[in-house]
Formats: sequence, structure tokens, C-alpha cells
Amino acid sequence: MKKIKSFLLNNWLVKVNKKEIILFNKLKINLTSRVREAIIGYVFIGIWVIGFMWLSAYPLLASLKYSFEKVTITGGAGIVSNSIGFKNYISIFTQDIEFLRYVQDFVMELILYTPVILVISMLLAIMLNQKIKFRGFFRMIFFLPVVIVSGPVINELLNQDLGSIPLVMDMNLVETLGNTLPKFFAEPLASLFEEIVIILWFSGVQIVLFLAGLQKMDKEIYEAADIDGASAWEKFWKITLPSLKSIIFVTSIYTVVMLATFSNNNIIKYIQSSNVMFNSEKGFGYASALAWIYFMVIIIVLVFLAFLLGNKKEDKVKKWGGKK
Amino acid sequence: MNKSINYSKIKRKILGFKFTDGLLYRSILYFLLIIIGFVYIFPILNMISYSFQSLEDLLNPMVSKLPTALYFDNYSKAFTTLKYFKTLSNSLLVTLLPAIVQTFVASLVGYGFAKFIFPLKKMWMAFLIATYVIPPQITMIPRYVLFNDMGILAKIWAILLPATFGQGVNSAIFVLIFYQFYKLLPKVLDEAAEIDGASKFYIYFKIAIPLSIPTFITAFLFSFVWYWNETYISGLFLGDSFKTLQMMLASFVSEYTSSIGGGQADYVNEAIKMAATILIILPMLIVYFVLQRWFIEGIDKAGITGE
Repeated sequence: MKKIKSFLLNNWLVKVNKKEIILFNKLKINLTSRVREAIIGYVFIGIWVIGFMWLSAYPLLASLKYSFEKVTITGGAGIVSNSIGFKNYISIFTQDIEFLRYVQDFVMELILYTPVILVISMLLAIMLNQKIKFRGFFRMIFFLPVVIVSGPVINELLNQDLGSIPLVMDMNLVETLGNTLPKFFAEPLASLFEEIVIILWFSGVQIVLFLAGLQKMDKEIYEAADIDGASAWEKFWKITLPSLKSIIFVTSIYTVVMLATFSNNNIIKYIQSSNVMFNSEKGFGYASALAWIYFMVIIIVLVFLAFLLGNKKEDKVKKWGGKK
Repeated sequence: MNKSINYSKIKRKILGFKFTDGLLYRSILYFLLIIIGFVYIFPILNMISYSFQSLEDLLNPMVSKLPTALYFDNYSKAFTTLKYFKTLSNSLLVTLLPAIVQTFVASLVGYGFAKFIFPLKKMWMAFLIATYVIPPQITMIPRYVLFNDMGILAKIWAILLPATFGQGVNSAIFVLIFYQFYKLLPKVLDEAAEIDGASKFYIYFKIAIPLSIPTFITAFLFSFVWYWNETYISGLFLGDSFKTLQMMLASFVSEYTSSIGGGQADYVNEAIKMAATILIILPMLIVYFVLQRWFIEGIDKAGITGE
């Protein structure tokens, strides 16, 4: 054991003394406490850094490269790729009507679902934050779906028409909507009603996030507002909402990413389906181009959200990174 | 005189001193909570009642919700179709192992970010958050090629490897959770241990980990649930040879015909599918009801909300 250790710490590559590290017998680094700390820090995060380079950064760039190529997989030679420039992108935007429709649906879904999920979860969190009995029980029920939502399960539910509330359906609301509103708007709105349960099911984590935010709020502000004679309505708009701002931002990003990466998403299914990714005509190159377009759509949405809800950049880092 | 006093008393009882403590407000609140709570569990109840219906009940228009008799045949059929125990052990294998590994790695990385100052730290933090936003389907294709070259496709390594290197399902969230927690640990503890001659690693293993056991449990549970419910990556990397419960459900119809056989009288009906769905969410339901405290309070404590 000691021999191994001394060999590891004392060879031509690395030499470690008490005060310095010598690399390749030439480079001398003084072991100040700062250097020591940096080395230990990298030992801790090293596994992540390697993983990031290897399994996230490299695949990201590789898929960008693939998207400009025609990639074919042959049995003998493995992967053969020829550069074809922007051909993949051009054919997506000119020919792939199915994908473009999915993207359009997805954006509509985001525009509709995200605010609805945010509002519902915030309202439910405010309700749960009152002095009520059985709070734990209600919280448990509202959080329950988080542990069971998965692509296939949701699929089964939708197939059985269990995703909607029967009463709402009986009122023929969807048909009425379809008759009165323009089609591009009525369709998503109708699906909103048809999938109201699914939307509720998606808001479990958000409710708990809001609840955590509400419970951390200072009670004294409310007492002061009470003394000044503020109504519950005013208190909500003037105190609760502004102080939840950062949580609204985090929650909305969570919601968008969750919707974008949920297994039931049509775009994901399409990219992965046998007529794109494992198709001899289109293949991995075409699928990568699709994925990059999808990524850009998500980035645009997130940037828009950050623009709408986020504060300055510094605050954002703080929000994710916690206290300084 | 008497009447008017009574009237104002009743009024105060119903509306309260400032409305929010009145009876009216309370009853509206409970009413809404119960209604919404019902909407939440309505599909599950519906699924359960469906799953007990026999074919006659399904076809009978008079029977819409509750079955006439409890019919367990659906479950036995779903059970054999899913090859339940074998698939369940498959599922647990590709869920538990990555979840455990991911939790430990997230703790390690979170500790590194929280306690040490090193060059490029801000950049790595930014990349960490970026990995959360990057949709998995963009890195999926090159990873598929990579794993194919390494020859680990259709093996558990294809799932375990990203988890080991902190690139698994929602790894970034877990690292941030641990980061938050370790950041709030008082520095005095470290200093005291350091004066006693403990190394940084000793401090991590003997002080930080024992203190963060609740965070470990929460992170592990979420990791477990997310791996369990995640289907498309495992579907792609594991393929047909290593089927999990979720993947079985996705291809239930073809599984049914191949395992029980599609005679005229014996085709898949909705009740059997529902029974299969129940069987698939059952393990998660049990875990949730036993450990639900850890799920919800965990989010509270972990403070991903930030301040």
C-alpha cells in the first residue's frame, strides 16, 4: 500500500512534496492553500466534469455536426457520414409537414399549458397555506400524480378518456368552443379542457414549490398590512405575488422543461420513431437536425420567459445558486 | 332589539371579522379543495373500477362505472402478459441502481461546488444548469452511437454510465439540491474538524454525509421515481431485450397476443389494459404512501426554490 502510494506521488509525471507539485520534472507548482483547495475541489467535482465533457458537451457538438451530414450505419464499417451542408434543414422546413405541425402544436401547448399550470398550482398552494385541517392529506393527494406520471400511463389514461372531467364534457363545451372561436385557437383550448386532469397532474411539484415559498414569507408584512387596513385581495397583489416572483420564474422554467422532455411529447416520439431515426433515407443526421430545431424552439421559449419574468442576470444566478 | 343582536352575531359568524376567518370563506375553501382533490384521484379510481369489470360489464351499457362483481381475471391476464415478476425485477434493476449511484455522485459534486473555491467554478455552475435545459433527445443520438461503439447497448451500463458521471435523468437538479444543503452547513464544523487534523475527505464522509441523510433520502426517492417513469431513453438504450414495466405497457397489445394468444374470444379489452396500468403504478403508489413525508417535506427542506 505504501509503495503504491509513494509511486503514485513520486514518479516522472507527478512529484508531490509537502510544498510543491512537480509535473514532468519541469513544471513547478507551489502548493499554497489556494492551490490545495482548488485541487481538492476538482477532485470532488471531477467526475461530473469528465461526464459533462464526455456525455453532454461532446454529444451536443457531435449532434450539431451530424445535423449537417448524412449519416448511414453499415454493418461492416460502422458509421459513415458525408457532409451535405444545410440539406437536412432545408428539407425539414420545406417538406417535413408532420414535424412542423408537431412543433406548432407544441408551442401552442406551451403557451396554453404553462400559464394554466402556474395559476392553478399557485392558487392551490395559497389554499393549502391557509389554516386548514387535513392539510397534509390534501397535499399528499395533490402531489400523488408526480410519482405515477409516465408516458405510457398517461397514454392509457388519454385513450380511456379519463383525462377529462365527465361533467365538463357533457356540457358540450368543446363543440361550442369550436363553433365560436377561430380554429387555431379553439383546438388547443378544447384540448385544454379535454386534458384538464393531466394538467392538474402535472402541477404537483409546482404546488410544493409555491407552498415552500409561501411558508418562508415574513408574517410581519401581513400583520403590518392588516393594521393599515389592506384587504385580502390587495394583500395578494401587493405582497404575495411580488415576493413569489423568483419562485414563479423557477417554476415556469421547470414547467417548460418538463413539458418539453416528457416522454409523451409528439416531437420526441417522432424523432425517435422508426421512420426518422432508423430510416435509411433520413437517419441520424436528419434526426439530429430535428433535435436541434427543437432545442432552439425551447431555448427561444426559455429566453422569452427569462425576459418576461426574470430579473437581471445576477439575480438569476443567485436564484439557482442560493445564498452567496 | 334582541333580534338585531342575533342577526349581527350570525353575520359575524358567517363572514367573520375580516371575511377570511368567516364560515362562508372556510366552507368555500374546503369545498374547492375537496372538488379539486376529487378531480386529482378521479382517474385512478376510475382505472381501478374499470380494471375489475368483466367483458359483460364492459359491453353492458347499464354498467358505466362500478363493476357488478369484482372480476380478478383481468389481473391474472395482465400479470401473465407483463411477465410481472421478471419485468418488475428488470425495472427495479434499471431504476434502483442508477438512482443510488446518481444520488451519491450528486452529493459529491454538490459538496465540491458548495465548499471549495477553484478556478472556473462559475463556468462549471453555468454548464451544470445548462445540462438541465438541454433536451435529452439532442444528446441521445450521439450517445447512442457512442454506446453502440462501446458495446454497452441493451445492457444496464447504458443507463448506469450517465448516472455515474452525473449526467443521468435530471442530475443537475440533484446536484443543486445538495449544493444548497451543503452551502447552509455552518463553516464552524469544518474548521473545528480541521483543527483536529481531519482531511477534507474525512470531513465529507464523517460530517457532511451523516448530516445530509434526509437530503440523501429525498434525492434518492426523486431519482428513483424519475428513473421509473422515464421511458424514452431507456426504451432507446435498452431496446427490446431488456424490457421494463413501462415499456411493456407501451407495447401491451402485441405482448398480449404473443403471450396469451389472440383467439376470437380472447382479445385485449380495456379492462385488462387498465389492470396492467394499475399493476405498473402499484409499486410507486406503495412507495409513495409509505414514504410520502420524505417526498414533500424534502422539497421544502431542500430549498430548490432558492432565496
